[in-house]
Amino acid sequence: MIKVIFFAALREQLNCSEIELKYENLSSVAKVKQAIIDTYPQWQSILESASLLSAVNHDMVDAEFPVKSGDEVAFFPPVTGG
Amino acid sequence: MTIIVPPNNQQRISIQKEDFNLGDEVALLEADNHEDGAIVTFSGRVRNKNLGLNVKGLYLEHYPGMTEKSLEKIVDDAKHRWQLGRITIIHRIGQLYLGEQIVFVGVTSKHRQDAFAATEFIMDFLKVNAPFWKKELTEQGENWLEARSIDKNKAQQWN
Repeated sequence: MIKVIFFAALREQLNCSEIELKYENLSSVAKVKQAIIDTYPQWQSILESASLLSAVNHDMVDAEFPVKSGDEVAFFPPVTGG
Repeated sequence: MTIIVPPNNQQRISIQKEDFNLGDEVALLEADNHEDGAIVTFSGRVRNKNLGLNVKGLYLEHYPGMTEKSLEKIVDDAKHRWQLGRITIIHRIGQLYLGEQIVFVGVTSKHRQDAFAATEFIMDFLKVNAPFWKKELTEQGENWLEARSIDKNKAQQWN
């Protein structure tokens, strides 16, 4: 399984904070995102926003970063702390 | 006031709902610290205007776990660039109102240059890498803040 978490404006747009995906050929962040879109086609335009950031196991990564079963993947808008 | 002297690694990162006291934080950076002649601190507060809107407050969300990890990485990077003594980062989360403190960065070093530079470096990278998000509560309603390119450019200047 892969746990996927959404934050801030993205979480509100999707009206969802967390989902779990079966780990089947989800070898990269981009493939995880595609699997989510295949399951929830209504989220496509929101998840394909170019500005969206991603993290795997608490590290900021790009779309090609490898993902393995048990990983925690997060998607979120650009950060605005400080 | 009880002062707890930080352990030998001399850094403290706290994500908290509670307010902090600037005097207490400076006292912690100073306590039994006779090596460092310089203390630089930065604190950020909720201000009343943003993009022409009257701001009443902020709601601060974060990604527990990743936030701490990203701040530790920023501190490590700063320590590689400059000779630093103690480092404190405090970032508040949850509901904050006008004038309330949001963030604190305090750095000590032997001489002022290292502490000045490291404090700015830490804030610049906190702004673009630490997973916090601000929702602004204005007289016109609530909205998530958008990241500003000026912050991204500022952090890139350190490369």
